[in-house]
Amino acid sequence: MNRDTVAFLRLKSALVRKELLGMIHHAKTGHTGGSLSSVDILTVLYYHVLRIDPKHPKEPDRDRFVLSKGHSVEGLYTILADRGFFPKEELASFSSYGSRLIGHPSVKVPGVELNTGALGHGLSCSVGMALAAKRDHSDVRVYCLMGDGEQAEGSVWEAAMAAANFDLDNLTAIIDRNRLQISGETERVMRLESLEEKWSAFGWDTLIVDGHDMAALLHAFALDPKPHKPRMIIAQTVKGKGVSYMQDMAKWHHGVPSEEQYLQAMQEMDILIKEVTIHE
Amino acid sequence: MSNTIPNRKAFTRTLTVLAQKDPSIFVVTSDARGSVTLDEFAQLLPNQFVEVGIAEQNEVGIAAGMATFGKKVFVCAPACFLSTRSLEQVKVDVIYSGNPVRVIGISGGVSYGALGFSHQSLHDFAVMRTFPNMVVIAPSDRFQTEAVTRWLAEHDVPAYVRMGRSAVPDIYTTADESFRFGKANMVRPGSDGTIITTGEMVAHAVDAAMLLAGQGIQVRVLDMHTIKPIDREAILLAAKETGVILTLEEHSIFGGLGAAVAEITGQDYPVPLDIVGIADEIPVEGSAYDVLHHYGMTGPSVAQRMMKLLRKRHS
Repeated sequence: MNRDTVAFLRLKSALVRKELLGMIHHAKTGHTGGSLSSVDILTVLYYHVLRIDPKHPKEPDRDRFVLSKGHSVEGLYTILADRGFFPKEELASFSSYGSRLIGHPSVKVPGVELNTGALGHGLSCSVGMALAAKRDHSDVRVYCLMGDGEQAEGSVWEAAMAAANFDLDNLTAIIDRNRLQISGETERVMRLESLEEKWSAFGWDTLIVDGHDMAALLHAFALDPKPHKPRMIIAQTVKGKGVSYMQDMAKWHHGVPSEEQYLQAMQEMDILIKEVTIHE
Repeated sequence: MSNTIPNRKAFTRTLTVLAQKDPSIFVVTSDARGSVTLDEFAQLLPNQFVEVGIAEQNEVGIAAGMATFGKKVFVCAPACFLSTRSLEQVKVDVIYSGNPVRVIGISGGVSYGALGFSHQSLHDFAVMRTFPNMVVIAPSDRFQTEAVTRWLAEHDVPAYVRMGRSAVPDIYTTADESFRFGKANMVRPGSDGTIITTGEMVAHAVDAAMLLAGQGIQVRVLDMHTIKPIDREAILLAAKETGVILTLEEHSIFGGLGAAVAEITGQDYPVPLDIVGIADEIPVEGSAYDVLHHYGMTGPSVAQRMMKLLRKRHS
């Protein structure tokens, strides 16, 4: 694994964390916990894996990314702006009247492929995209990020079955496995385990990785697909990752930091940024 | 000789011909190959055919995903499931994301009358027409079905189209004369009153109009094939020129064609109105004809309802 790439991604994700916290603080609304748990996955995808061109967001041969857990939109918007899909200044309008940067992904925003927000939809749409690519003999790859609480939606499993049935080895799904949902621990709300066995049994090539380990994520995305098998990456993550008082707390699902908490988070982000910068 | 080709068959025949020339046309279905009559399409065009199994939510999601790749996707399944089980996918993946999927509900209304309420779709016009940008069409005969199918292949719009299971009488003699998008057809002229109807009820409305004509009452019959966007002008003209309107639809009396007509006349030109459809109850079971007959939706009953409405106006 290229050490420079890992260092670059660590720095990027730290900067994205700080930026998205600022956006949520400014808007006084947002899904803070899940955005922080999924930032590292999005960073690896958008700065290394996806074949995309911010200047040509509708280029037919681009890879597709679908944020099925649409509530974690803050990280996505921050990254899309940083990649140049739209001006960074626009982030200040997040969730305000008339802004296209609403609380769930919208196709009005360049770089967003699908309106999501209702859970259990993204994987079916991703299957449709991957299937269309296959029928076109295109080498487009499709990526879909789901939440772990989302796994209780029956339509997820309809899509899981279909992806294997259609031999979609051009499809990679990721679960942001932070083990918390709005009402508490996923295993207490609706038992999900063993997710690995479930996805494997549905015919997916299933991996478990540390969803905050850039090298591990890079490795998982770089693995050649197993012929005819869609890939599932179960990314073990921590809700609220990076902010000490938010980590692993269900209440930060859509908690917004107070002024004092925000300042503390900014200090912690600055320390994090300094750390990853030194290590670079 | 009476027609033996159901509208669903006219649809698949037309679509198969179009898809042979246009590789961007796709069919997605949920174990409904037989009921939709898709065997020929599947055999001739396997690369443009997608079977998803009994999974209507996934079916519409997949169709929306394919539409993002520029495919003209026709999702085909029984109307009862497609308009209910996959409603959120229609709302979010099709309408909200702006993906022009053509949702084709076959064996709609009470086509499966003997199979019970689970298999009836009497709410579909109501829910589908509340979705912004959604086109809602119910073709009346095989010619109009052909014309609608051609129109859908040429226009990238999200649409819900409902057709029945059995062959119905011809209303038209050619496809060309049968359909102009968003414009009602006056299938019978008249100035004593108007029946506004849609889909496969048009034939029953014509029966009623003929019975009334026998008593010297000339009612206008409007085939409102496009329920959304609805032909306001034709409705207001009927209100002004004929004074009473009876609506007839194979749908709940709530929220469908009758409601759409009431929204327009009620606000812009109130006239006596009678909304004829399936009553607000779990419908009786039986053949489609039995059910329609039970609810007073066949020619003679509709004629009587119109007589009553006319008396109301004159009283």
